[in-house]
Amino acid sequence: MAVLAMRDALNQALREEMKRDASVFLLGEDIGLYDGSFKVTRGLMKEFGEKRVLDTPIAEEIIIGTAIGAAMSGLRPVAEMMTVNFIMVAMDQVVNAAAHIRYMFGGGTKVPLVIRTPGGGGHQLGAQHSHSHENWFAHVPGLKVVAPGTPADAKGMLKSAIRDDNPVMFIENEGTYAVKGEVPDGEHLVPLDKNEVKRPGEHITICAHSRMLIVAMDAAAELEKEGISAEIVDMRALRPLDMAPVIESVKKTSRLITVEEGWRSYGVGAEIASRVYEEAFDYLDAPVARIGAAEVPAPYNKKLEKIVFPGKADVIVTAKALLGKN
Amino acid sequence: MKVEQRATEGRTKTVLSDKDTLLKLYREMLLIRRFEEKTAEMYQAAKIGGFCHLNIGEEATIVGTISALQPKDYVYSTYREHGHALAKGIDARAVMAELFGKETGTSHGRGGSMHLFSQEHRFYGGYAIVGQALPIACGSGYAINYQGTNEVVMSIFGDGATNIGAFHEALNVAKLWHLPIVFVCVNNLYGMGTAVSRASAVTEIWKKACAYDMTGERVDGMDVLAVRRISDQLVAQAREHHEPSLLECVTYRYRGHSMSDPDTYRGKDEIKEWQTRDAILSLGEHMKKEKMLTDDEIQQIDEEVTAQVEDAVKFADESPDPDPKDLYRNVYADEVAS
Repeated sequence: MAVLAMRDALNQALREEMKRDASVFLLGEDIGLYDGSFKVTRGLMKEFGEKRVLDTPIAEEIIIGTAIGAAMSGLRPVAEMMTVNFIMVAMDQVVNAAAHIRYMFGGGTKVPLVIRTPGGGGHQLGAQHSHSHENWFAHVPGLKVVAPGTPADAKGMLKSAIRDDNPVMFIENEGTYAVKGEVPDGEHLVPLDKNEVKRPGEHITICAHSRMLIVAMDAAAELEKEGISAEIVDMRALRPLDMAPVIESVKKTSRLITVEEGWRSYGVGAEIASRVYEEAFDYLDAPVARIGAAEVPAPYNKKLEKIVFPGKADVIVTAKALLGKN
Repeated sequence: MKVEQRATEGRTKTVLSDKDTLLKLYREMLLIRRFEEKTAEMYQAAKIGGFCHLNIGEEATIVGTISALQPKDYVYSTYREHGHALAKGIDARAVMAELFGKETGTSHGRGGSMHLFSQEHRFYGGYAIVGQALPIACGSGYAINYQGTNEVVMSIFGDGATNIGAFHEALNVAKLWHLPIVFVCVNNLYGMGTAVSRASAVTEIWKKACAYDMTGERVDGMDVLAVRRISDQLVAQAREHHEPSLLECVTYRYRGHSMSDPDTYRGKDEIKEWQTRDAILSLGEHMKKEKMLTDDEIQQIDEEVTAQVEDAVKFADESPDPDPKDLYRNVYADEVAS
């Protein structure tokens, strides 16, 4: 097993799937000659040629539209959106078209399409490059939405997404591309609909996905030193939302914190909390605590920005409060 | 509106004086006319719900363009697509059943008037968002080039679509990537109730092609033979040379934008004037003059087509509604819980 950075694990997944299946092709802005703005597609144009790694104009609507039509016509496109913020330009194609086509055409066609895109903040990029919008897409029937937080999951879930017959929103995070981890060589598939306990614990459950999984794991390590054992559930599968490991964990710990990088209101944590209230209310010893970004458009100033996005300290303080240990 | 004939004669191999070809065009146009008249009736009888946009008046544009295609060629359309679906060969029964919302419809009652679809006929859908399907049509064009086959994509849309970003993004990459697409603008002079001149800085829509160094043509969309001639040329250009083009067909819808449109933004005289150039009557007269058709035969075709529409209505009416237990079917290809 090799230790790879997240971006290289993703690159490996793309390369393996392109070798395996000639109908897989990539398209997006500067993914070819430029090697991708986050270098996830590095070297692929050189290896597979311009037909299979298609540099597009900076025109998001045509990127997603072309991917949809190609998917309906027998190909398996992987479209890269440079950041999730840019997908808003193509929202009509994602929601009104990709997500709905199969159903509104009575099952007459399918749309095997992957949209890869990074979200997340913390790089002083201001309000138009810093947000997390997983919940926007997870709201929509017809889309699958995943957000892996480890290099191994990134590889395994991207490979599964490419083989899936549905439009899959594959949400990455700019802050994780350099994060390293062990990644199985060759064929490694992670299901798109299974969440997983990444760290077993006894006293409190913490749900997190993508970069917040790393934050939560760090917080759990600190809490351990103070005698608090936190169980971490990785919410990498957001739609369909696999709640089973969360419910099971809450039955054991009786306390739950949700952590997300996006705004709390109407967010991923809101959905998880609501389902826990529906399915495991009697097991709770305290209300579910939700941690998310401050509800402002991301500011440029470094000090202000630091306040906006959740970090390890937020998780630690919230966990202690929930356990009455502050 | 004066229509400039820009179609260059003599580049096409199709013989448009052949009786069988003309009869086919005539019959298809009449089928669309009778189908839509019955559709209006069924809408008023509340057998059809939602929005319902009729093709009456636009038959020459529909049949003239789509008849230039082969069965495996793709058609992408809009929300005004009943006629396009019929012209692409979808059974009138399946189209009417979809309007009735029945399980036997093209989209099993999940799509309705604006979302007809048939994989088998390569009719790749009616889309209710103005201009949305143009980028998607580019995807089929890309797949054709990728797979090395020789189909053609026809992307049909209204004049209103040419003012949105998707139109420009699509024409740009179609030219850039040499996609085998014929972009057909059905210019019926109004985007809902707004006249072209009040919505588009350039009212001669074919000229928008020049921004993308693409062939642009304008044709009288009330003249089925003229539409067919130029369509043959542009389809050949797409198939043989993988070069896209923009064809503007100037036509007119006799009815309002949809069944719920009171049609107060244009004069009755204007409508009457366009009706004097009716495409079906014109072709009938032409064929009578050329001794290809008699009044009796016209009568007979009308009876056959009318019977076909009646049969479609009966079929739709007697077909079952979708089973509520299948509500969640086809949200996902693999039937996962959502």
